[in-house]
Amino acid sequence: MGEASRNVWTRKDLIGIAGLSRQEIELVLDTAPQFVAVSQRSSGIKKVPLLQGRLVVNWFHEPSTRTRTSFELAAKRLSADTLAIAASSSSSVKGETLHDTLANIEAMSADIIVIRHSCAGAPHLLAAGHASHIINAGDGRHEHPTQALLDAFTMRENLRQRTGNNEATLDGLRVAIIGDVEHSRVARSNIHALNKLGAQVTLCGPATLVPRDFAAMGVRVTTSLKEALEDTDVVYSLRIQLERQAKALFPSLREYIKLFRIDADSLRYAPDHAIVMHPGPINRDLELSTDVADGPRSVILQQVTNGVAVRMAVMHLLANSGAGRTA
Amino acid sequence: MTLAIINGHLIDPVSGLSEPLDLLVADGLVVEIGKGLKGDETIDATGLVVCPGLVDIQVHFREPGFESKETIATGSRAAARGGVTTVVTMANTNPPIDNAGLVELVTRRARETACIKVRPAACATKAMKGEELTEMSELREAGAVAVTDDGRDIRSSSVMRRVLEYANMVGLPYLAHCQDEDLGEGGAMHEGAVSTNLGIPGIPREVEDIRIDRNIRLAELAGAHIHIQHISTGGGVEIVRQAKRRGARVTAESAPHYWSLTDEAVGVFDTNAKMFPPLRSRADIEGVIEGFRDGTLDNIATDHAPHTWTDKNIEFQVAPFGIIGLETSLALTITHLVKPGHITLEKAVELMTIGGSRVCSLGVGEIKVGGAADICLFDPNEQWTVSREDFGSKSSNSPYIGQTLTGRVRCTLCDGKVVHQLG
Repeated sequence: MGEASRNVWTRKDLIGIAGLSRQEIELVLDTAPQFVAVSQRSSGIKKVPLLQGRLVVNWFHEPSTRTRTSFELAAKRLSADTLAIAASSSSSVKGETLHDTLANIEAMSADIIVIRHSCAGAPHLLAAGHASHIINAGDGRHEHPTQALLDAFTMRENLRQRTGNNEATLDGLRVAIIGDVEHSRVARSNIHALNKLGAQVTLCGPATLVPRDFAAMGVRVTTSLKEALEDTDVVYSLRIQLERQAKALFPSLREYIKLFRIDADSLRYAPDHAIVMHPGPINRDLELSTDVADGPRSVILQQVTNGVAVRMAVMHLLANSGAGRTA
Repeated sequence: MTLAIINGHLIDPVSGLSEPLDLLVADGLVVEIGKGLKGDETIDATGLVVCPGLVDIQVHFREPGFESKETIATGSRAAARGGVTTVVTMANTNPPIDNAGLVELVTRRARETACIKVRPAACATKAMKGEELTEMSELREAGAVAVTDDGRDIRSSSVMRRVLEYANMVGLPYLAHCQDEDLGEGGAMHEGAVSTNLGIPGIPREVEDIRIDRNIRLAELAGAHIHIQHISTGGGVEIVRQAKRRGARVTAESAPHYWSLTDEAVGVFDTNAKMFPPLRSRADIEGVIEGFRDGTLDNIATDHAPHTWTDKNIEFQVAPFGIIGLETSLALTITHLVKPGHITLEKAVELMTIGGSRVCSLGVGEIKVGGAADICLFDPNEQWTVSREDFGSKSSNSPYIGQTLTGRVRCTLCDGKVVHQLG
């Protein structure tokens, strides 16, 4: 697929940030505000007919509440029909391949497939062999592109608000991503997006959760929270997946909190204007203290609000100007 | 009835011959080596190298149990297309080849259906569980040429020690698949920048190197011959080099994908670039090449591992490990080792014939008067583009489809019979 020109979306699918150009990312970010407006309509009619008559299928192989809800709401606000398929196992366990399942869904004339899967690359596998629009809602540790887009949008909105410059871009913005980077698709997609948008990314967490190979992605890696937070514009806390502790990837929650928690104490290292983000759901008082999560610097609920708008923008772009299937 | 193979360039590493010579074949044997030979029939080998039939001591023919992937018949056809006249089949079939009856089954099926020589390896432990030793003496009598739990490593060091001691007693080499399954747990490709980027759990080099070292040291303790299979790391080659220096009875091999591809070949989740050990880095390729140059590595084997498209066309993390290799092995050796000048063509032929034959004492891999007429004729300069049609295998899980390679097998004879010939 060629590079998109500034105002044209040419892709059939959104399977990752790694393959997108800066222009394509900015096109999504520039398309989102009109959908923020839809959700805030004073008339109360929070709906536009852009996907009327289309079918959006949420196909989640991993438990998810917030992402699935956000996609479903986005589809509904675009007037699409929605269908949710819950699947818990990978193809090898279940006996039916992903290709076969998708072929069955497509036989019922689905237009957009939103897939979450525990295996990296599952959406790529499907995008190559099927006509419907595939949106990756998270594949293993690999990518979670709509999360990175809504995060970039949220960072940009806050930057524009703070500077009063409505043309401000993320060039030079400093973002510190803290926590379990190794197992995080959110971190990987954010690294790709922020790199492409000109931001500077620092990763910080226990050495067992931030392997040195990340440096090859063009980011700074540190195990010192102080170092990560000094001079940062954005503090991005990742969720600690508690089941990891069973694998002895860090000694105790207590020690994790001591070294890496974002709280009033550690946040003192960061400049006053730094905002705090988190992809949710939060383990309160573990990776993020309650006072910070609910405090004035937190933009976590803005992320959630923007998530619906950004996903509306993505679905609109894919279905109404993307290559491939047309309704 | 005699067959003359004329006008070719004979390379036979055992005798050291590398010159224009004709061969005369009768009753499946080489009866004369010389110039101006004539026979009832003639193969004109002008422009071709004539060498011993290639020997590949690590292939998976999947029979019994996984006949949708490969059979002894189709696997041997793949071998013939690759110039290979003798293979050693791995024992991780279903059931695994862990008793004499199953060894006999494989040899009988080979006799009935194979166009080349198929010599089975047998399991070293019952059901490949790494717990109880197989009846190795009986396995040997039934025709097993080696013992191996290939596909697995033996987790317990004490069991591995016993296996090596016992195998040594019965005179069989142990073919060692070296893998620390704890360290590599869940891993699906080389651990590095590419795996980090793709979010795929990695397999660090140490998964392999630690066990290469352990297994060699246990072989030294047992006084046994150990053969290290499919080395993919520069570190692994260095461990073997040091072990040879101190006199360990160790031999070692590598496979063509470990010097022709890096982990970059995984691209966006190409399951045809997934195998164990995984494709590694440029530096590892250099280490493997150096291993061939200085004699640390003794032979080339493909680890030919067929899987159907249905098996492979799934999520990368759960897709099976392995690629086919028999049809492309010689070309990848010429293209990536001989052509750039790393090794001579004569050395390449040695690594692909007598090298593997010696490891398993197969008694093949040379051209001599009175010896079997297992012969490979190849054009060392022909360029060809790999396509599915070139495969004799039932499967086509190859990362080389579409690549243009140098060196092509034109004709293969096994016991004097033409088993493959390009038009």
